[in-house]
Amino acid sequence: MLRFRFMDTALILNFLTTPWVFLIWTTIVKASVLLSIVLGLVSLTVYAERRVSALIQDRVGPNRVGIPMTLLGGKKDIFLWGLGQMIADPVKLLLKENFQPASVNGFYYWLAPKLVMIPPILVLAVLPFGSSILGVQMTIADVNIGVLYIFAISSLSVYGITLAGWASNSKFPFLGGIRSSSQMISYELSLGLSVVPVLMICGSINLNDIVDWQVKNGWLVAPYWPQGFSISSLLHPDQLLHAFVAGFSWQRIALWIPLLISFVIFLVSIFAETNRLPFDLPEAEQELVGGYHTEYGSMNFALFFLGEYAAMIAGSGAVVSLFLGGWSFPLIPDGSHGVLWGLVNIGVFFAKICALLLFFIWVRWTIPRFRYDQLMKLGWLGFFPIALANIFVTALILAYIKH
Amino acid sequence: MLSAAFWFFATLMIAFGLGVVLLRNPVSCAMSLVMSFICLAALFVTLDACFIGIIQVLVYAGAVMVLFLFIIMLLDLRSEESRRLNVGATIGGVLVVSIFISLLIKVVSSSPVFSQTLPALIGPQQSDVKLVGMTLFRYFGLPFEVVGVLLLVATVGVIVLSRKSLR
Repeated sequence: MLRFRFMDTALILNFLTTPWVFLIWTTIVKASVLLSIVLGLVSLTVYAERRVSALIQDRVGPNRVGIPMTLLGGKKDIFLWGLGQMIADPVKLLLKENFQPASVNGFYYWLAPKLVMIPPILVLAVLPFGSSILGVQMTIADVNIGVLYIFAISSLSVYGITLAGWASNSKFPFLGGIRSSSQMISYELSLGLSVVPVLMICGSINLNDIVDWQVKNGWLVAPYWPQGFSISSLLHPDQLLHAFVAGFSWQRIALWIPLLISFVIFLVSIFAETNRLPFDLPEAEQELVGGYHTEYGSMNFALFFLGEYAAMIAGSGAVVSLFLGGWSFPLIPDGSHGVLWGLVNIGVFFAKICALLLFFIWVRWTIPRFRYDQLMKLGWLGFFPIALANIFVTALILAYIKH
Repeated sequence: MLSAAFWFFATLMIAFGLGVVLLRNPVSCAMSLVMSFICLAALFVTLDACFIGIIQVLVYAGAVMVLFLFIIMLLDLRSEESRRLNVGATIGGVLVVSIFISLLIKVVSSSPVFSQTLPALIGPQQSDVKLVGMTLFRYFGLPFEVVGVLLLVATVGVIVLSRKSLR
């Protein structure tokens, strides 16, 4: 009996390590883990937004919702710094009545919120969210067109907002939808052009290659020399100095300037693409009530709301992989040194994303909204020519400064 | 596996293509066209031409059709929706399409060349992005630049024509 069961496990193991079966189940595991982390992060960001905005405006913010022990017969509630808000907010939105105004176009009114939520989640597929664990690469799809894929999918997210504005059959949402589509088309240009220097320097549009390049040569926005950086070299300053001098190159220093410009343009364009506050004209409350989601309520509204945060996370993921070294961090080895380091790399990636999300929130509560003509001027007369000139400068540096 | 994907996306693409012609609401037509482009991109991806596929989504679904939708939404759609099918135009269209399809079938079945599977252009480890780039800039450098200048002329021309002083 025991022997039979042993054979069974051997058979199952054999089946699980067949190349295509292995590919399928590892992909499913990776996708479900990444999706649950990101969706958890979405509701955590909503909570963080409320707490950080309270901090900035010198308020208290939601700090009470925790585990309601008094409901369960206990003496005292457990507050948990208000973390229960993460569950309470979506539950509130889910339980509201899903009211549909009479004059809307039913099908597109129903479809639009889903179209807002889908693209940011599809973008996650190509992000390298970790190095490797037991030789399995921590990217769901290691395609050689990663960066283009991100642009293509995020360019589809404009449909959700535009259709929401149109299908609501009301003036304010329509104005919001039109604003959003022209804003997103305008900023897609500077977004795409600002990445070109990165692609020229790394010589690939595969996100994994770009991250690997940064692991070898230092983050794109911070030219340090990681080959010399190891824990053992910290104990021997002469080794560190030697590696530092050996890794130094004038080209890398000169490239720092166009890369920083690229980074700033990309980051600001992500704000415009995700309709975040200095550029949230599609939903400008004071002018357009709620913009494209004025006529939405309940879970349909929640999908717009959460879609914005999911887009922020996907955008931060793109910024981290393109400019901030992806999962790499000085002194931390990659996943080939053990499972623990593989997990640490995933942690580093999400820590960087959280830092960027905090930056997003901070900017939202610090900078007032742009006027619409200022927004368009910044995109077309500011970023677009600067990004073009930046490509030219990068090409000159790559061609003429060798060391 | 791949052939199942081909049939799936090809059927979807033709279904959405029919939707472009048959649906009466212009926004539905535009969205059907977007879906049709996305299915076409999926067909390219099943042929390992990821670059062409993603450019299809980026340019047609992501940029061109957004502008189409933008314009369509500014029109009065009520009058469009109530329009009936024109019988003469329908018969003419069906006739032209069926003649074209029968011609296509005739040509494809005429020679055994079309039934062969040609060898893949690139190996499994090569990047099709690199191949497209190499071909464009190494062998077609001048035509590529000329097309670029043509597009620039068109863009500048539009801006000049839309200036108020010329009206």
